[in-house]
Amino acid sequence: MNPTLFSRSLLRATTTPTSLRSTTTGLRALASVATSQAAAPAKPDSKKPNIKQFQIYRWNPDTPEKKPYMQTYELDMNQTGPMVLDALIRVKNEVDPTLTFRRSCREGICGSCAMNIQGSNTLACLCRIDVSNSSPDLVPDLTQFYKQYKSIKPYLQRKTPSPDGREYRQSVEERKKLDGLYECILCACCSTSCPSYWWNSSDYLGPAVLLQSYRWLADSRDEAKGARKSALENEMSLYRCHTIMNCAKTCPKGLNPGLAIANIKKEMAFGS
Amino acid sequence: MKRSGIQRDVLALYRLCLREAGKKPKEVQDNFRNYARENFQAHLDIDRRDFATIEHLLRAGRRKLEVYSQPGVKNISR
Repeated sequence: MNPTLFSRSLLRATTTPTSLRSTTTGLRALASVATSQAAAPAKPDSKKPNIKQFQIYRWNPDTPEKKPYMQTYELDMNQTGPMVLDALIRVKNEVDPTLTFRRSCREGICGSCAMNIQGSNTLACLCRIDVSNSSPDLVPDLTQFYKQYKSIKPYLQRKTPSPDGREYRQSVEERKKLDGLYECILCACCSTSCPSYWWNSSDYLGPAVLLQSYRWLADSRDEAKGARKSALENEMSLYRCHTIMNCAKTCPKGLNPGLAIANIKKEMAFGS
Repeated sequence: MKRSGIQRDVLALYRLCLREAGKKPKEVQDNFRNYARENFQAHLDIDRRDFATIEHLLRAGRRKLEVYSQPGVKNISR
C-alpha cells in the first residue's frame, strides 16, 4: 500500500466532523472511531481484548558488553492506534519506560521515526500494524549521515544578484524539475537499506545524500554546478551506486533516489 | 610483545587522546588526560575476544575525541 495515500485518507477521516457537520453516517462513524482512539486510548473497552505481540530489538549502549536481544511486548490492539508508532508510544508510556525511540511529528513529515519494521525500513508513523510481529531498530547513529549531508553543501550557492533585486525566480518548468526531490525528509531509510552503502558507508554518499545532491544540481538558481559535479568526480562518492534500487522500494515518501542518481550520472557523462 | 590489530587500535586511540590533550591550555591538560584515562579504565574488564563490544567502544571513543578536540572546548570536568 502507498503510505502517503493512506496518511492522507486518515487525515480526512479526523477532520471531517469540524468542516462538514451533516455528512453520511458512514463517514461520521469512521471519524468518531479515529478521534476516540486519539483522545482516550486508555478507556476500558467492553470488547474482548485483542492481544498482539511486538518483538523489539534492544540494546543498551551503557552496558556495551551485553549482547543485543529481542524483547517481546504484548498490547491490547483495541486500545491502540492503527500505526506502529502508536504501539511504540503505548509500550513506552504503559509497559516499559526504558524503551527509547526517536519520534516527532507522527505524520510522516519529520523522518525521526524511521526504523526497520518487519525487515524493511520505513517510518513508524506511516506503517500500519497489520503484521504479526515487528522488530524495529530504534535509535541509529546518524553522525556519519549528517556529516555526508553537510559535505554536499545543501544550500543555494549564488554570486550574481537577481536582476530586479527581489527573489530569485523560476519558471514553472524549472520548478517542476525539483518535484520528487524536495520532498525528501532525510529519514535515511534508503541509505540504510542500500547494500552498497553498507559496505562503503565511509566513502559512498548513499542514495539520500545523492538525491539531495541532485536536488541542488537540478536547481536553476544554483550557480555552483561545476563545483558540485567535480566533488562527485571520483570512484566512490557517486559511482558506488549499482542501481540495486532498494532505495526506491523502501522510501516512505514514495520518492526514487535511484532515478536521481541515474540523472546525476547522465549529467556527469554528457555534461549537460 | 606482539599485539593484535584491535589492541593496536585501542592504543592508537589512547595515544591520540593524549596528543589532543597536549594541545589544550597548560593548566587544564591534566583534566583532559584524566578524563581519557578514566574512560579507558572503565572498560578494562571487557573480554579481549569480545570484538563487537570493543569495536563499538572504539567508534564511540573516536566520536567523543572528535568533539572534545575541537578548539572551542576549553576545559573538562565531571
